Amino acid sequence: MTTTAHAPAENHHGAGHIHVDYPDRPVEYQTEDGALKILGFWVFLATDLILFSCLFATFIVLRSHVDGGPTGKELFDIPSFVAETFILLTSSFTGGLATFEMHRDKRNRVVGWLIVTVLLGLSFVGLEVKEFVHMAMDGATLQRSAFLSAFFTLVGTHGCHVSLGILWMTGIIIQLVRFGINPITARKVFIVNMYWHFLDVVWVFLFTVVYLMGVM
Amino acid sequence: MSGQHPSTAHATPSFPWQYVIGFILSLVLTVIPLWLVLDHVWKPTPLVIGILLCAVLQIFVQLFMFMHFTHGDGNGPAYQTVILSIGFFFAIIFIGASIWIMSFGYQVQ
Repeated sequence: MTTTAHAPAENHHGAGHIHVDYPDRPVEYQTEDGALKILGFWVFLATDLILFSCLFATFIVLRSHVDGGPTGKELFDIPSFVAETFILLTSSFTGGLATFEMHRDKRNRVVGWLIVTVLLGLSFVGLEVKEFVHMAMDGATLQRSAFLSAFFTLVGTHGCHVSLGILWMTGIIIQLVRFGINPITARKVFIVNMYWHFLDVVWVFLFTVVYLMGVM
Repeated sequence: MSGQHPSTAHATPSFPWQYVIGFILSLVLTVIPLWLVLDHVWKPTPLVIGILLCAVLQIFVQLFMFMHFTHGDGNGPAYQTVILSIGFFFAIIFIGASIWIMSFGYQVQ
């Protein structure tokens, strides 16, 4: 909105100076670009929600179609999926603490909490890979039954999202170390944490619909 | 950064109460369904309704305590409430309608 009559040469990115459109907003919303990207990410989350809802619908329809093969009750290891759940819930909290410290302009604490979040994410993915390998070794593979096809597609899609989130968050940690907290890195921290909290919500439904209802 | 960097212009509490309360709620909402399922205290139908209710409440905890769902950009309204409501609307239709359609025949041939 504001006409930038002075210094048109300031337009290149990453060169140290960032044009702030709204200095009195929270840091992640201070540029028009940042505010639009956050809103755009909510649109992405709505579409990702629809993706997961289709996979959930498929799973719910096919969950009883075990074709004489192993059932969820036989396959799911309760301590393992409970541990995965608490790890992911905790990582959602530590990611939130990173956003909190970002609003207090504490760069090192943001980096610290994001590292904790990434490590928790890695242990979650590690447990999930171990679970999948264990199932496959017992003959419970993707091809075995409609139930298992739907199970691996649904849980695997979530696992891929978490793995991508780990890589993404690592990249943002590097940018924070290099550039500190500014309206651009703050927007990135805010968005990656939106993604992470969203994946936690999806997992709560996996925990409930796939695992708890599977061992009932 | 230059001296005009205004990133901490907003009143932020010194302790993350909102996040801590959200975390405690999310733990409680996980332990309750786990306990209900493992202790077999309820019959299947109320049990499924109970654990699904906990999962739905967990959505609200994450959205309101962690994701700044109702916060706008500091100026305009929180448009994301409309956007995500459409997402939830489609999700409910897809899942509900799939269950409804498939409930007419027990096995897919």
